[in-house]
Amino acid sequence: MSRVTIRIPMPLRSYTQGAGEVQVEAGSVREALAALGAAHEGVLPRVLAPEGELRPFVNVFVGSRNVRSLDGLATPLADGDVVAIIPAVAGGLP
Amino acid sequence: MKARERLLAELKAGIPEIAPHDALALQARGAALVDVREPDEIAQGSAPGALRLGRSYLELRIEDAVPDPQRPIVVMCGSGTRSLFAAADLARLGYAKVSSVAGGFARWKNEGLPVELPFALDASARERYSRHLLMPEVGEAGQTKLMRSKVLLVGAGGLGSPAAYYLAAAGVGTLGLVDHDVVDRSNLQRQILHTDARVGTSKVASARQTLEALNPTVKVVGHETQLTSANVEQILAGYDVVVDGSDNFPTRYLVNDACVKLVIPNVHGSVYRFEGQVSVFWPGRNDSTGKRPGPCYRCLYPEPPPPEYAPSCAEAGVLGVLPGVIGLLQATETIKLLLGIGEPLVGRLLYFDALRASFSELSLERDPACRYCGDGREFPGYIDYERFCASAAA
Repeated sequence: MSRVTIRIPMPLRSYTQGAGEVQVEAGSVREALAALGAAHEGVLPRVLAPEGELRPFVNVFVGSRNVRSLDGLATPLADGDVVAIIPAVAGGLP
Repeated sequence: MKARERLLAELKAGIPEIAPHDALALQARGAALVDVREPDEIAQGSAPGALRLGRSYLELRIEDAVPDPQRPIVVMCGSGTRSLFAAADLARLGYAKVSSVAGGFARWKNEGLPVELPFALDASARERYSRHLLMPEVGEAGQTKLMRSKVLLVGAGGLGSPAAYYLAAAGVGTLGLVDHDVVDRSNLQRQILHTDARVGTSKVASARQTLEALNPTVKVVGHETQLTSANVEQILAGYDVVVDGSDNFPTRYLVNDACVKLVIPNVHGSVYRFEGQVSVFWPGRNDSTGKRPGPCYRCLYPEPPPPEYAPSCAEAGVLGVLPGVIGLLQATETIKLLLGIGEPLVGRLLYFDALRASFSELSLERDPACRYCGDGREFPGYIDYERFCASAAA
């Protein structure tokens, strides 16, 4: 298990009581997201589809790398890794 | 003997003088041909590919233009006199192989050597863009490129306002604006092209007024309509860069798909409360630059979020200055693309968190199986974007 930081994007902070970062113990991205979901109800369905895979409008990065280009949710994590959740955002005007 | 003639005689003894056709041959073999005449003379014609650095700034500019002191330099003026003085100065700066064109441009032209009519900046443009002209990365050639460029801004709102404002200031020749909205007072917290007095009037007309007041030489083309599958190609065609500052997913996907098809770089920006994202989607880059193609928006987000997961700024709010930061990053990327300088945000996403005051750079990879820009894919056609986004599954 590694101690990692999950960065919560602004649209999901309503589920983390406004926290921009959440620390969890996890060995993989899947475990990190599960730990996040266990600590903060409601956030996980915004990131993962019911079958447990990443939603197509959300990307998860470990450091600067997209997990889709690594081992997906099985991507292993090391102590100190930063996991960033980046959702598609439409906003500009109106 | 006058002092001037004495000095000239000394210079002639030290600086080799060569005939125009030899100068041309040297240039073809890699020598720098430096035209030191005044702008009004150059406007009448100059040797193709000549570096027009100006006599008065020559010593200050030459090292940026010709960094290698061993590269041969051929200096040309109108008749072969001023070029001797200039050549002597370059030799004194340490250039080892400097020569002067005997008879100058007059003889060059008489001997039927190639001449081009450079696009010359007039005095007012020269003054307006003087801080650009001082930088070798822009200079007269770059400024000319900007003035001949066409940029389309999708949305004249939070992102489009600062982007269009600075692109107009920079002298981008044609700015297209797509927006079908009218100015609302709640826009003015961030949409700096508009004014309180213009609340209720068309955003395109309002934006035009501000942009033309700043720079009357810029041509503003208004498209007061909503982008649709039916009109998108007609509107986008002919633009060098598209700046996507739209506020909804159907338009984002439509702009992406059209840019993929028309091979136009798409400078993407989006904002949410205190956070913003910027990237350049340019899967066609390979064709025009030989560099690796980048991903498109669909490589990153194959499907939009369902509407209930995607609140707009109208619902979620946005810090007014945030689209200023992101829109200006889009303008910066646009100018880099137009000038062909630096490293564009192709294959990279810049993520700005205003509360942390931090930028993170995330690497974006192209999806070789992407339905729109994937390897060997034929363009699958436009879709019903409203339905595509409205029916996205939760």
